[in-house]
Amino acid sequence: MSSLGDESNPLRVAIVGSGPSGFYATEALIKSSLIVEIDLIERLPAPFGLVRNGVAPDHPKLKQAIKVYKKVAQNPEFNFVGNVTVGVDIKAEELQQTHHAVIYTCGAETDRRLGIPGEDLPGSHTATEFVGWYNGHPDYRDRTFDLSHETAVVIGQGNVAADVARILAKSVDELKQTDIAQHALDVLAESRVRTIYVVGRRGPAQAKFASKELKEFLEIENCRPYIDPAELELNEASQLEIDSKEGRGNKKNIEIFHQFAGSEDTGKQRVCIATFLKSPLRLEGEGRLQKIIFETNELSGEPFRQSAKGTGQTTEIDCGIMFRSIGYNGVPIEGVPFYERWGTIPNDAGRITSEQGGATVPGLYTAGWIKRGPSGIIGTNRACAVETVEALLEDVGELDTDKPGREGLYKILNSNNVSYIDYAQWEKIDAAEVAAGELKSKPREKFTRRTEMLEVAGS
Amino acid sequence: MTTVVTENCKGCRFTDCVAVCPVACFHYDDEMLYIDPDVCIDCSACIPECPVEAIFEEDDIPEGQEHWTEINADKAPDLPLIEEPMDPLPEAEERKADLGF
Ligand SMILES: Cc1cc2nc3c(=O)[nH]c(=O)nc-3n(C[C@H](O)[C@H](O)[C@H](O)COP(=O)(O)OP(=O)(O)OC[C@H]3O[C@@H](n4cnc5c(N)ncnc54)[C@H](O)[C@@H]3O)c2cc1C
Ligand SMILES: NC(=O)c1ccc[n+]([C@@H]2O[C@H](COP(=O)([O-])OP(=O)(O)OC[C@H]3O[C@@H](n4cnc5c(N)ncnc54)[C@H](OP(=O)(O)O)[C@@H]3O)[C@@H](O)[C@H]2O)c1
Ligand code: SF4
Ligand code: SF4
Repeated sequence: MSSLGDESNPLRVAIVGSGPSGFYATEALIKSSLIVEIDLIERLPAPFGLVRNGVAPDHPKLKQAIKVYKKVAQNPEFNFVGNVTVGVDIKAEELQQTHHAVIYTCGAETDRRLGIPGEDLPGSHTATEFVGWYNGHPDYRDRTFDLSHETAVVIGQGNVAADVARILAKSVDELKQTDIAQHALDVLAESRVRTIYVVGRRGPAQAKFASKELKEFLEIENCRPYIDPAELELNEASQLEIDSKEGRGNKKNIEIFHQFAGSEDTGKQRVCIATFLKSPLRLEGEGRLQKIIFETNELSGEPFRQSAKGTGQTTEIDCGIMFRSIGYNGVPIEGVPFYERWGTIPNDAGRITSEQGGATVPGLYTAGWIKRGPSGIIGTNRACAVETVEALLEDVGELDTDKPGREGLYKILNSNNVSYIDYAQWEKIDAAEVAAGELKSKPREKFTRRTEMLEVAGS
Repeated sequence: MTTVVTENCKGCRFTDCVAVCPVACFHYDDEMLYIDPDVCIDCSACIPECPVEAIFEEDDIPEGQEHWTEINADKAPDLPLIEEPMDPLPEAEERKADLGF
């Protein structure tokens, strides 16, 4: 009798989501000793997840991770099924019927809320929307951002907050030769923003910026980074944090913050101010955002466990636009277990469990942000996906052997009238984007509408 | 700018760094690892993974170790690629302790 994973019965795996974790899971399966067939399903007509739609346009080197994914896609075991949303165009249960195993690598596509009054006033936005918009993600194509007020505020001090502040700070000349979407460039060209506040609820030693991201602020042509030197005084626990080995990144950040504090005013058009120990209490304005009221915090707790506690004192910032950048959140897919509190799929080292801490569900796996939560950089997802694939390979003996794979998948999609695209069709879209970019000395000009993409794909 | 493996990796070769590299740009010889600067995308994922703090961004290399930038660039392209972690060299734990980690 043949066993699962040999020539007569290849291991048929559906992977849901074509970001880094989807591609690294694909790669690990192809490298295994088994014969495999992979169907990588993606809800957009374009692959690569947040490397295409999240990583900032002015970080082209990081986007070269895509070269690795393009190489993975050349393997005969690989098949791309684009423009298909699992849970909408095909049910999760149906995929379990067509494939021996399903790996969910669908990322964390929504955002967290502050949960404060005024959060839904016009002018209050999420980093998620803004990032999707400037990167040309079709879902965010028609968002509007009013940059007519002099002051913008970013809430949160992680690398996404740094990206948002930097895009607001840079001149159009610094952005126009990147793959930033044209509609965003046009709006940024008219921006009247002069002051950008980046507000943290804890102190400078707890900011989650990568030092490299911070250093970039010293190089921006028309924007001076600044911090009030008094804000850089550290309490004892924070000093212990930065003096310890685990705090070496934070120590570097503090050094760069001191450079900000000492930066000279050379008359640059814009200033980007980092400020600490402030939590937004409420957003106010008549008909639209006009000011944010903050409560001043103090830190308490052991080193590396310090939390922000309100002091009762308040300060305010007048502004016309705010972006909250306080973390992403997973979106549940119908028929797949979901742990609301963490916004993740509950799992045990990659094996999906019926609930948090529950029993594993045979044949279901997960990797990437939807497995671990929305933190970690591109490479983190490689180790994460490898762990998941190792678990899957250990379980192969116990999986149902009789599954139609690709053929069954296409049958369902066809009967549901879903117009999916394959990898060759994506390559047409890719080539057309690059060609459109060439005319403007950009690496590519992205299509920002699904209909345009599907037309080019000939679907 | 690139990312560089320095002296501390010598004789120890823990390969924690390799598991998180998104683009497979580490190469190895009998002694240590090297990063191919033409492939590395400077994502810094490997830096915090190294138990002996051997990896640095180029403009952050401690004094006296700057020559490693050139050594990485010279050696990496001709050496075999390492894509999966492998066992540390036998004397690795001892060396790690000697280095004060
Ligand atoms: C704004 C931003 C900037 C970043 N910049 C950097 C950086 O500079 N350097 C770095 O190393 N890391 C960066 N990161 C982190 C990095 O992007 C993530 O670690 C990584 O993309 C997570 O990979 P993933 O595969 O889990 O999720 P994603 O990349 O989000 O991929 C998930 C994919 O699943 C698809 N999908 C979702 N739901 C479905 C469904 N129901 N059916 C089918 N498909 C679905 C989505 O369309 C998407 O393509 C950044 C993150 C963000 C948010
Ligand atoms: N260049 C790069 O390498 C790059 C670029 C972009 C993103 N990424 C990665 O992608 C991941 C996601 O980034 P991220 O910036 O979204 O997340 P993050 O690093 O977790 O930062 C979230 C920030 O929001 C703050 N926050 C959370 N809840 C808050 C609240 N209720 N009120 C006020 N502030 C609040 C956090 O403060 P506390 O610390 O107090 O919780 C923190 O400063 C990270 O791992 C990041 O490194 C990397
Ligand atoms: S983790 Fe550090 S010591 Fe180990 S191989 Fe990588 S660079 Fe060398
Ligand atoms: S910086 Fe990133 S790309 Fe370069 S070697 Fe380290 S993990 Fe690999």
